[in-house]
Amino acid sequence: MVLYLVSVGLSVTMGLMGFVNLAHGVFAMLGGYIVTSLMARHGVPFAPALLCAALVTALGSVVIERLLYRPLYGGDELDQVLLTMGLIFMSLAAVTYVWGVMPQPMHPPRWLSGEVDLGFRSFPAFRSFLILCGAALVTALWLGLERTRVGVQIRAAVDNLRMAQSVGINTSRLFTLTFALGSGLAGLGGGLGADLLSINPSYALDNLIYFLIVVAVGGLGSIRGPFVAALLIGIADTGFKYLLPELGAFFIYALTMAILLWRPRGLFGRA
Amino acid sequence: MATEGLVRAGLRAGDGAIDAFARRHRFHPLEALPWAAAIAAFGLFPSYLALGAQILATILFALSADLVLGYAGIVTLGHAAFFGTGAYTAGILAANGWGEPLSGLLAAAFVAALIGLASGFVVLRTTGLTLLMQTLVVATLLHEAANKASSITGGDDGLQGMEVWPIFGVFRFDLFGRTAYLYCLIVLFLCWWLARQIVHSPFGRSLTGIRENVLRMHAIGAPVMRRRLVIYTISAAFAGVAGALIAQTTQFVGLGVLGLERSGTVLIMLIIGGIGRLYGAFIGVPLYMIAQDRFSEVEPVYWYFWIGLLMVLVVVFARGGLLGLYDRLRR
Repeated sequence: MVLYLVSVGLSVTMGLMGFVNLAHGVFAMLGGYIVTSLMARHGVPFAPALLCAALVTALGSVVIERLLYRPLYGGDELDQVLLTMGLIFMSLAAVTYVWGVMPQPMHPPRWLSGEVDLGFRSFPAFRSFLILCGAALVTALWLGLERTRVGVQIRAAVDNLRMAQSVGINTSRLFTLTFALGSGLAGLGGGLGADLLSINPSYALDNLIYFLIVVAVGGLGSIRGPFVAALLIGIADTGFKYLLPELGAFFIYALTMAILLWRPRGLFGRA
Repeated sequence: MATEGLVRAGLRAGDGAIDAFARRHRFHPLEALPWAAAIAAFGLFPSYLALGAQILATILFALSADLVLGYAGIVTLGHAAFFGTGAYTAGILAANGWGEPLSGLLAAAFVAALIGLASGFVVLRTTGLTLLMQTLVVATLLHEAANKASSITGGDDGLQGMEVWPIFGVFRFDLFGRTAYLYCLIVLFLCWWLARQIVHSPFGRSLTGIRENVLRMHAIGAPVMRRRLVIYTISAAFAGVAGALIAQTTQFVGLGVLGLERSGTVLIMLIIGGIGRLYGAFIGVPLYMIAQDRFSEVEPVYWYFWIGLLMVLVVVFARGGLLGLYDRLRR
């Protein structure tokens, strides 16, 4: 579920905007660091810390988007890969400089640290909270993209950029907005998941492949896709690690390959 | 620039075209420069030969990446798969009582080519982001396999106990890396020569055509998939040799040879030098590795900051790498 929370933002930037954004994990990591350090050092409660993480990463991403990403829209994939890899490396060093190499501890707030009794079984409250958050996000994003004016504009700009421009949509501002949304979601996801995906300097590099798998399998430009893919990959991974522990993570990579061969645009990707 | 060459060659049909190809194929005096520098380095820096051997082997790795990326336009994030396969092949042979280096190289090339052929057959059916993902997944699969098969590969601890025999039974690998350096240099030279032949052959030209305009190449009846598969396999073999060189000269193989970081850094080194021109590797790799060696003595982590910044700058200001910059300045 954490995978989904982070990946959905990537689906927005990479999927909707068609930009190979390997640096997505950087924003998630930033969100994670903001939440953990606000909570641990300044005693800020969980919810405002999360909000702050989402806002700060969104704002930071606007600067980066305006300066660096903009010239490469619709450009060479290779350049995009390089630029974003460069950002990953820079973030790795910068984060080490500020926070050191140790993973940041995350203590869930008291109201979420217990267990929830559902009658037949009890579940850890924090994880249940994450699942609820994920479900709420899917719904909100889906409604936002399908039902609001901005959502319609985004879809129009993605489908046909020049047509969208010629009917008077400010696509430049729209893309900045979309990118900020995607990165803000990453920050939120990183903060929410700080307990499960430990926040350390190589976060962006270590988890990159998982984020990419979720987005590629789910299908670019789809909100539902990554949701289903994250669930599928998560369940398959846990299931197979349980059944055939000696094969480890082998299975999900093979599964990913098979799915991508069967449907190169992902499960819910648009042709 | 490459299509331009093709078009120009086409316009001056017949003899003119042959001339144009022949001119590209002829050796330019500048091409001797890297080799002269490599030989000079052997004499000038006797205490850095171990690093030098690593640099030479990595140049070969970058060269192999250049074949698929620069010439065939296949963007891959999993080239370490072949590098690692080669390294483990040579390493496992040497650790199990067959330390003859040259046959180790050949075996590494063969196994890496097999993996390249098999995986290329599958992944090259896709394009763009999906292709990128597929190459990444192949490398990760192999990484996971090497990690799990720890009885053969040593897993997380790395492969230990390699014994590499002297080359031809005469030239022992010494402590200062003198043999290793010359060994790598000669292998690199042979592979470079082979790559140069391939790139300038009609086959190589058709690869450039595929990179520049796939639809047109389909339209004129070129077997696009087969050509891409062939170059992918060749490149895998070269990468395998590079991996075997590193394994034999350092006498150690760790899981890192298959990692995403290695696939990424080789791209970076190549891009810094300039892609699609065979010589990018000769500039980017030494620059990167020497800088890394210097910086990481001071503070290893911050090295990443500077290399990241350099990449961003290259993308924003110097597309085509240093050689591309040189071309533009000269014009």
